[in-house]
Amino acid sequence: MRTKKKNSYRNILIPLTSIAVVIIIWQIVAVYVVGNTFKLPSFTEVVSAFVKDMFGPRGTLPEDIVVSLYHFLIGMAAALLVGIPTGVCMGWFRDIDIALNPIVEIIRPIPPLAWIPFAIIWFGLTHAAAGFIIFIGAIFPVIINTYTGFRNVPKVFIEAGKVLGCTKDISLIRKIGFPSAIPEITAGIRVSMGIGWMCLVGAEIFGAGTGKYGLGKNLWTYYNLHQMDSVVVYMLVLGVIGIVIDILFRHYVHKQTVRWQDNME
Amino acid sequence: MAVVSVQHVTKVFARDEGEPTVALKDVNLDIEDKQFICIVGASGCGKTTLLRIIAGLETSTEGSILLDGVPVTGTDTDRGMVFQEYSLFPWKSVIDNIAFGLEMQGIPKAERRQTAEKYLKIIHLEQFRDAYPHELSGGMRQRVAIARALANDPKVLLMDEPFGALDAQTRNVMQRELLEIWAETQKTVIFVTHSVDEAVFLADKIIILSPGPGRIEEVIPVDLPRLRDRTAPEFGELRKHILKTMEMSATIR
Repeated sequence: MRTKKKNSYRNILIPLTSIAVVIIIWQIVAVYVVGNTFKLPSFTEVVSAFVKDMFGPRGTLPEDIVVSLYHFLIGMAAALLVGIPTGVCMGWFRDIDIALNPIVEIIRPIPPLAWIPFAIIWFGLTHAAAGFIIFIGAIFPVIINTYTGFRNVPKVFIEAGKVLGCTKDISLIRKIGFPSAIPEITAGIRVSMGIGWMCLVGAEIFGAGTGKYGLGKNLWTYYNLHQMDSVVVYMLVLGVIGIVIDILFRHYVHKQTVRWQDNME
Repeated sequence: MAVVSVQHVTKVFARDEGEPTVALKDVNLDIEDKQFICIVGASGCGKTTLLRIIAGLETSTEGSILLDGVPVTGTDTDRGMVFQEYSLFPWKSVIDNIAFGLEMQGIPKAERRQTAEKYLKIIHLEQFRDAYPHELSGGMRQRVAIARALANDPKVLLMDEPFGALDAQTRNVMQRELLEIWAETQKTVIFVTHSVDEAVFLADKIIILSPGPGRIEEVIPVDLPRLRDRTAPEFGELRKHILKTMEMSATIR
């Protein structure tokens, strides 16, 4: 009990202190050293910009958050729907692996943002265009981790399944392959969500989307309006949502599905 | 009639370079119902390969395996297997591991739970029914693996050095428990081991395989009453004879 208390003190109080120190230094530097809102808005200016963007009559932050999450959802859903089956087939069937591996390896190194022109041409100025960029960024970690997870299914699990009457590929994949590969698949999804979230900003800045709302989109709008305090607001909101998504995923999905693992004791 | 009949089984492993390896050459063996058979032999004599062919995990190059007179073509629920490595599914609890085979057969949940409970009782692990494999000791894991194989009610239980990874004491306890389970469930058991001591303690009949290429050197019926006393002179005599046979077959070639 004592150590637990001590730990919560260390794990909460020390980070809070370090954040407070950074904010104080930021404020001092912005006001007394730089003294130029355009180059470095102060903490207090950013806070008031946040209130204005979030609750003010002309603020679009709530809409931007919703639209960006929508883009993210489209991209991630597509990445999972395409990526997991692809990874499963490549991991399980040797011939599919040999056939698809070169294609994956050629497309994978292309930076997702390089797809923006075609995203706009194929999907127009729609939410799907932004979703497509996120899809491109997110799909490869999903494919590769699913593939690795399936390749690493211990042989003895497959043989045990076979002697217990699980003989068809489809039931071996469902009953042995999937559960065995789940830790690696979830780790891949986590990585892909991080990449997807990064791609989101680039996609929206470069015009993929409907061109009205989006965190990346309006971050750029405020830059063009030279409202740098709002730019910082959008940067911080992007960061916070990224963390929240990761924490939620880790908490609800990761922990649920891998509760049988040794390191989860 | 023999429940398992190994007929002229030869197994050749092709290799990328060099001569192919002949793991088994013309092996013939009849195993009676409800017998406890131990296959012993030096490493490389093909004892595990023979067991895997009977299981249907490997196919023989020549010859065939008959189960109740019917040729074996692949794995099926009439042959259960316990592996040397820990093979329990780590994502399933003990009870769900035991029920896995029944789940694959499409037996309704309530019914397979009931059957699984029965085997959980046989292995005396009722208090671990909802535990996950990583929470169990090595001996417990192998007991669950035995229960999982038995839950399918196979005709034959194949065991590939199941106690090989356990410490000596746990191993002795497991051997006694296995004999109890065998007496209770009345299965035919084919048990591969490299421990002569283990074979003499367990078997009705010991098959000595010799390496290069793998073939049956000698078949020794053991009619010592169970539970056998490892320190008894007859036990020692038999062990000595088997060790000598194994040694000779290894040096002759």
